Amino acid sequence: MSDKKPISSVSDFVVRFANVNGSGSASANEMFARAILRHGVPVSPRNIFPSNIQGLPTWYEVRVTEAGHLGARGGVDMMVAMNPQTWDKDVAGIEPGGYLFYDSTKPMPSTKFRDDITVIGVPLTAITNSTYTDPRQRQLFKNIIYLGALSALLDMDPKLIEQLIGEQYKGKEKLLSSNVHALHLGRDWALQNLKCPIGLRVKKSDKVGDRIFIEGNSAAALGAVYGGATVCAWYPITPSSSVAEAFTAHCKKYRHDPETGKAKYAIVQGEDELASIGIVIGASWNGARAFTATSGPGISLMTEFIGLSYFAEIPAVIMNIQRAGPSTGMPTRTQQCDIIACAYASHGDTKHVLLFPEDPAEAFEFAAAAFDLAERLQTTIFLMLDLDIGMNHRLCRPLKWDDARQYDRGKIMTAEMLEEGRDFGRYLDVDGDGIPYRTYPGTHPTKGSYFTRGTSRDRYARYSEEGTVYADNMQRLVRKFETAQDLVPRPLQANAERPTKYGVIYFGSTSPAMDEAIGLLEARGHQLDRLRIRAFPFHSSVASFLAEHDFVYVVEQNRDSQLRQLIVNENGIDPVRLVPIVHYDGTPITARFIAKAIGDHQDHLKVTPLRKAVS
Amino acid sequence: MTYIAKPKFHHPGLKKNELGYTHRDYEGKISTLCAGCGHDSITASIIEACYELSIEPHRVAKISGIGCSSKTPDYFLGNSHGFNSVHGRMPSVLTGANLANRDLIYLGVSGDGDSASIGFGQFAHSIRRGVNMTYIVENNGVYGLTKGQFSATADRGSKSKKGVTNTDNAIDLVAIALQLGATFVARSFSGDKGQLVPLIAAAIGHKGASFIDVISPCIAFNNHAGSTKSFDYVREHNDAVNRLDVLVGRDPIAVDYAPGTVQVVEQHDGSKIALRKIDADYDPHDRLGAQTFLAKHAAKGQIVTGLLYVDPDAEDLHEHLNTVETPLNTLEADTLCPGSAVLDKINASLR
Repeated sequence: MSDKKPISSVSDFVVRFANVNGSGSASANEMFARAILRHGVPVSPRNIFPSNIQGLPTWYEVRVTEAGHLGARGGVDMMVAMNPQTWDKDVAGIEPGGYLFYDSTKPMPSTKFRDDITVIGVPLTAITNSTYTDPRQRQLFKNIIYLGALSALLDMDPKLIEQLIGEQYKGKEKLLSSNVHALHLGRDWALQNLKCPIGLRVKKSDKVGDRIFIEGNSAAALGAVYGGATVCAWYPITPSSSVAEAFTAHCKKYRHDPETGKAKYAIVQGEDELASIGIVIGASWNGARAFTATSGPGISLMTEFIGLSYFAEIPAVIMNIQRAGPSTGMPTRTQQCDIIACAYASHGDTKHVLLFPEDPAEAFEFAAAAFDLAERLQTTIFLMLDLDIGMNHRLCRPLKWDDARQYDRGKIMTAEMLEEGRDFGRYLDVDGDGIPYRTYPGTHPTKGSYFTRGTSRDRYARYSEEGTVYADNMQRLVRKFETAQDLVPRPLQANAERPTKYGVIYFGSTSPAMDEAIGLLEARGHQLDRLRIRAFPFHSSVASFLAEHDFVYVVEQNRDSQLRQLIVNENGIDPVRLVPIVHYDGTPITARFIAKAIGDHQDHLKVTPLRKAVS
Repeated sequence: MTYIAKPKFHHPGLKKNELGYTHRDYEGKISTLCAGCGHDSITASIIEACYELSIEPHRVAKISGIGCSSKTPDYFLGNSHGFNSVHGRMPSVLTGANLANRDLIYLGVSGDGDSASIGFGQFAHSIRRGVNMTYIVENNGVYGLTKGQFSATADRGSKSKKGVTNTDNAIDLVAIALQLGATFVARSFSGDKGQLVPLIAAAIGHKGASFIDVISPCIAFNNHAGSTKSFDYVREHNDAVNRLDVLVGRDPIAVDYAPGTVQVVEQHDGSKIALRKIDADYDPHDRLGAQTFLAKHAAKGQIVTGLLYVDPDAEDLHEHLNTVETPLNTLEADTLCPGSAVLDKINASLR
């Protein structure tokens, strides 16, 4: 039937599940990914889902990658086509030589298939219906049955899946045994009726190590718990809602007084994003560590308060789980599109600190650090995640915490210091770093009170519309932002094997695709030094990197090359030397895309690859 | 008048309260509002109430939005922290501050533009949540700082200073507060300190969302014939249902009124409110009755004032959230951070 040789690959392929939203497929699919991990083989799964609760198509893609490439790859080697609605598109999307797995209960016309793929039919509905009578059971176990069939086809160890089922349904014996039964129904049918395994196989390995498998939003929420956040105010918005939900779940486990059962945290679902950031600012003004989680439209609504935080110097942590904008945009698709909106959020001259974690491990670390930074710098800190990191399970290094670590509460003038006669000016730069001292409300009966306002005021917080007083304060805020440069996570540089005039700058969720792309580019003969930016304001090493290279590619997931704009603007450099590489269709950026875009540009520059020159 | 420094000397014979503070210790900077502004009378009433209650000034956090009314926290309790925040957003800032430290007294000062227009949502939701606060709206029916535009509490048919008739229906914040479950609801008039001071004192003693709508005429833009928020109009249409005294401290004022005319309400903080009934049938514990009473009197053009509703056993947001007694802003890593051993277990569960 095939005029193309079936793909043969061990522990390096992409399986995509096409499902209907709300059919209960998510947990079976996730179990598939986890089962492969238990083989010691890294996976990188991604949810591709609509802005819908039930009925619309949804996909779950699992990249099986022994080499550990965790970015999206592009292309599908095996399609598990469980959704008739998207059948044609799903079948068309399979790589030549790939595999189609489908429910063969009802015969399909041959025109619905392709000649260049291997078609694997399993009568899932028939098996399910002959075993189960309850409609909901039929739907749920059908998912486990295909998981069983896939385990046979892909040569997976069923014991490892049974182990996972055992962990998931620990203490619920009935559910446990019925799931294992369903798994074997599918597996046995495949073993008896199909040629197992197919060309795609999972082989046990040891490439996972001690890494953990976690969603970025959950890791960021855990970072907030470890970082000492006590107040969380939020308004539901995809893809950020699971941050607040995870924070709630973590707090329920780890933040109740064992004796009284009382909560050492307060979580409020605000009436909107304005109230959420207002609550955060009120709580931070009063000395608690507070944060909100939101996405682009929420940032737009919060900007007036963000300006207040900047000007009145009140700490705040905002986790922005970016999605494709503008406006409602594509609310369930990923982008890095709020860089400019956050860096300069609010009216007047404002600048804000942005942190760019690359994965859940950094989301955890940066989330915890954000509270130290917010209190040290007395301003808003943005934790810039995106849907790709936030809502997908990502394999990453284990989370770490140093028990000796104390929170940096910043410059707080205490009652004792006031009693000693220390001069307290709320906006007085005593240390030359632009950071003044603050007092918490209620500190002292007669000393240290001040009136916080968004209007201009002098160094002692007294209202003033004097131009020199206003400018003095604005200059101090610039000094404070310069101080921030050395407090935020520094960029990480990785140089090519041989010296090169070309560099690439990237950040956030682009990381795994970039790492993989470097290998592809090297294979094409292109050498590039890499700089991963982890925060704004930019450390001086960014300017050095630009100075050391003739051309620097800036890879990002938005249309207007926003990070590049920020670099050009903040470093005052010739924009021609910064080449934008942008990917913004809402899907995660891939190594293939980056390698092609940069490779083509390099070719266009008529660079003779070294390898060709010597051969 | 900000260029005039407020003199610090005071008469040595000034009366002192239980804590040894005089009136002057509860004052703030010199007001920059217009001479005769109703808001300044409210400021004076807040000072009086805090003095009478012997509150430590620095244990109060005063939070406001934007507008003439929102400037006033600078003019009282100079030893308290104040926060003149964002237009219409006082309620959220106050909610956050309250969550951070439940031990302070929260005084929210707002205006009719701030609470009935731009901040209508935040007003409503802070009341719904039962934030423990005293929320005072200094209600003059007009935007003063921007020179005389109608606000959302301006009555339909009332006239602006320029002679324009308002065609929009008015929002009655008291009616809304009642409907949303405020557990202390009052209305008063800035020109009646005798009624206002004990209302503010009682509101501060109440644990839960206290709301006071104070009609406060704008001398510059809304004190003319045709306005329903002028001194003359409010005096003529003021229909007080009760007067009250707040009894605190060592020397409770002897209540000596004719039987049946006084109702004593014991508050959560131990203070007592003695309500002298003016309208014999008015029951301030009947939320539905209060709503009906208000609606009927509003239809007749009357402004009902007094303590309109109180639930002395109210719960606040902290009780709903079951938060610890210790203020959250004092907790440190030793109690907040689960530590590395727990993290190792979390890591293990994610493999």
